[in-house]
Amino acid sequence: MKTLVNRRDFLKVSTLAGGGLMLSFHANSLNALLEEETQVFQPNAFLAISPDGTITLMAPNPEVGQGVKTSLPMLVAEELDADWSMVQVEQAGLDTKNYQRQVAGGSGSVRSSWESFRKAGAAARQMLTEAAAKKWNVPVSECFTDKGFVIHKPTGRTLNYGALATDASKLDLPKEVKLKDPRDYRLIGRRIVNVDAQKIVTGKMAYGIDTRREGMLTAMVARPVFGKKLKAVDDSRARQIKGVKQVIVFDNKVAVLATSTWAAKKGRDALRIEWEDDGKPESTTDYNTALAQLIQKTTNEPKRNDGNVEEARKQADKVLESIFYAPFLPHAPLEPMNFFADVRDDRAELFGPTQTPARTRTEAARVLGLPEDKITVGMSRMGGGFGRRLQADYSVEAAQISKLAKSPVLVVWTREDDMQGGFYRPAGMYRYRASIKNNQLTGWHLIAAAANSPNASRENNFPAGALPNFRVDSHNYSTAITVGPWRAPNHNFIAFTEESFIDEIALELGKDPVAFRLELLEQAKKQPVGTVAYEPDRYINVVKKVAEMGNWGKQGEKGIFKGFGAHFSFGTYVAQVADISVENGKVKVHKVYCAVDCGRVINYSGAETQIEGGIIDGLGHMLYGEITFKNGEVEQKNFNTYRLIRLPDAPDIEVEFINTTADPQGLGEPGLPPIGAAVANAIFAATGKRIRKLPVGSLSDVKI
Amino acid sequence: MATFTLSINNRNYTVDVEPDTPLLWVLRDELNLTGTKYGCGVAQCGACTVHLNGSPVRSCTLPVSAIKGKITTIEGLSENGDHPVQQAWVELDVAQCGYCQAGQIMTAAALLARKPKPTDADIDAAMAGNICRCGTYKRIRKAIHLAVAKGGAK
Repeated sequence: MKTLVNRRDFLKVSTLAGGGLMLSFHANSLNALLEEETQVFQPNAFLAISPDGTITLMAPNPEVGQGVKTSLPMLVAEELDADWSMVQVEQAGLDTKNYQRQVAGGSGSVRSSWESFRKAGAAARQMLTEAAAKKWNVPVSECFTDKGFVIHKPTGRTLNYGALATDASKLDLPKEVKLKDPRDYRLIGRRIVNVDAQKIVTGKMAYGIDTRREGMLTAMVARPVFGKKLKAVDDSRARQIKGVKQVIVFDNKVAVLATSTWAAKKGRDALRIEWEDDGKPESTTDYNTALAQLIQKTTNEPKRNDGNVEEARKQADKVLESIFYAPFLPHAPLEPMNFFADVRDDRAELFGPTQTPARTRTEAARVLGLPEDKITVGMSRMGGGFGRRLQADYSVEAAQISKLAKSPVLVVWTREDDMQGGFYRPAGMYRYRASIKNNQLTGWHLIAAAANSPNASRENNFPAGALPNFRVDSHNYSTAITVGPWRAPNHNFIAFTEESFIDEIALELGKDPVAFRLELLEQAKKQPVGTVAYEPDRYINVVKKVAEMGNWGKQGEKGIFKGFGAHFSFGTYVAQVADISVENGKVKVHKVYCAVDCGRVINYSGAETQIEGGIIDGLGHMLYGEITFKNGEVEQKNFNTYRLIRLPDAPDIEVEFINTTADPQGLGEPGLPPIGAAVANAIFAATGKRIRKLPVGSLSDVKI
Repeated sequence: MATFTLSINNRNYTVDVEPDTPLLWVLRDELNLTGTKYGCGVAQCGACTVHLNGSPVRSCTLPVSAIKGKITTIEGLSENGDHPVQQAWVELDVAQCGYCQAGQIMTAAALLARKPKPTDADIDAAMAGNICRCGTYKRIRKAIHLAVAKGGAK
């Protein structure tokens, strides 16, 4: 094996034997084969071409429904000039030697892989071309590639990639890799169907919860609610359940291991457990009271402080004030938490749904007392994640149980376990004050407070930069209720608050809400105050585009009201117009128009569905999503009391992508944040009622 | 434990399980038919939908001892994975994570068997019991209409 040229891209030349398709690309298994005859062409860890012409592309990143198992291999295939219909895609395991950033988070997979994946494909294509030129004894410059073939232009001779695999594998990696002119793209920018689609629709797609191994036991675990710990357990009844094999007490938890899921559940439910207080178990009124107090005062260290908001308030003709309230939200991916672990004395195998396999390995190594290189982490396709599977609690728990039980084990959570399982979108309160002088917005002051959140704001986002006096304070409220990233962390709520408040200000100033935003964006462009995260021009363009798509300012159908919302997150600009009606107190969203600048679109089908899904996800949680606590216990334990959006509530959606020649940006999350405000602003237009507490459904109960 | 003989996807299976075991866990744990998914266990999400004598049922709350009739799971919906609903789902690239889609497809196929040309209101009523956490509803609706065009009930 030779490592050449560009270490950053982990390009390697390796040669394999066996003739057949290599299904595993772990470096260790490769080494054993290196000595022998050469056949499979694997210039790097991203692709392999076997002599029979099979092209296998590796999908190194965790697939959680965001589509990277399709879009990342598309980048390789594009530059490889492969025939997509002949390509096979395979999920890689954790391999930090060969891959970078195997994470499903921060809408970052395509952004971070854009260069390196294309280079991997381009390097291979150059080598195949060189191999053909050598074979034909012609200059490389006379050869080009097309859909899995190298073609000699003057003579029209062709060779397919498979026929060149052996020769290409003997070549050195190219010193320089030349990428295609984007005008020559054949795959990037097309609508490509999810590579697992056929398996999914036939029930053949294996998710983590479908893991079945020889000798495996299934475990269910009793865990304490927030602020409680284990006092005593009587497992005598549990042990009498047929199929129950072991009961294990560890870390304030009790695991029941059985030969089937049903037996494990019955065993777990038959435990008689006494829990006791560990600190003070919290209820919703406790944290709400605390948050409401925190937002009354500023902090000593504002997150941003342009000009002087207090002075602006003193000088103001009028000060507008609004307080917004965000409830805790569970991620509730449809596949509940689960993980497989097989821990031996000297090694461990972990397999399952994880958005962060590297973190899983690091934390498992620490808990198991094993070196990281003795632990493998395999990734299953995930039944959703939304940030929940960025945590390693459930995978490490499986490793602990396997170690203690001395057995391979699949730990399965019930929906009720999942709802109580923590790492929620934090509850928070956001108090805004706007100063108005001579019918101009002169100052903007946010004091935020949120559970276990060092910064609940996005202080450099719009309208920062547009105003001379702009201050953001953020308080952290510590609680035993755990929080974590939830699809578009912070953005998912702050966009609702900012964009609702801007509408309130526009109304006060007697300005059209869209025109008012454009006026602010022009100010940020011409006389920027401080540094900002966004580019005003790109922001302006999506605002204008969606106003045009959604017929903003024009009289629509009778009974239909429009609302606007926009937000910048993960490098992407999104603006939305919602058409709604309110009948018998119920909000019906008919249509959502959405303009997106995420730069280049890799897979139009995947990109569009991410935006559509983000809108429906955001709408559902805006209308219905809330969990509350009583003494540390979640009150909404399953989907009968925790309401998720269903098909009849889903609006029609029209998406347009603009500025598609810029480098690609994030897409898994940015579609979600603007919808809350777009719908809430439309509700105001329809009813005169300003939504400040989410979900909308419980607004009438709240006094803030 | 007790012995039950079940007709699943036109094959007979005999299983030895507790009578209260839900069909879902018999399929998944005893017969290795893992295409039917667990999502809630309380018949709220529809991920576990199978057909019992052609009607959609939630297998997570159906005790094995109560089953009378023929069961069809996603694995048996069509021999070659080409039921019009399955074809439409692939063609329109409906799935994101894909976890709920076996249940969605079983519900949609049962709808079309009963009502070959459903209106949007029929689709709303039939599909309201199936949650898609990724929010693919727009494409689900479109795919059902496409399946109708492809011949619908098969």
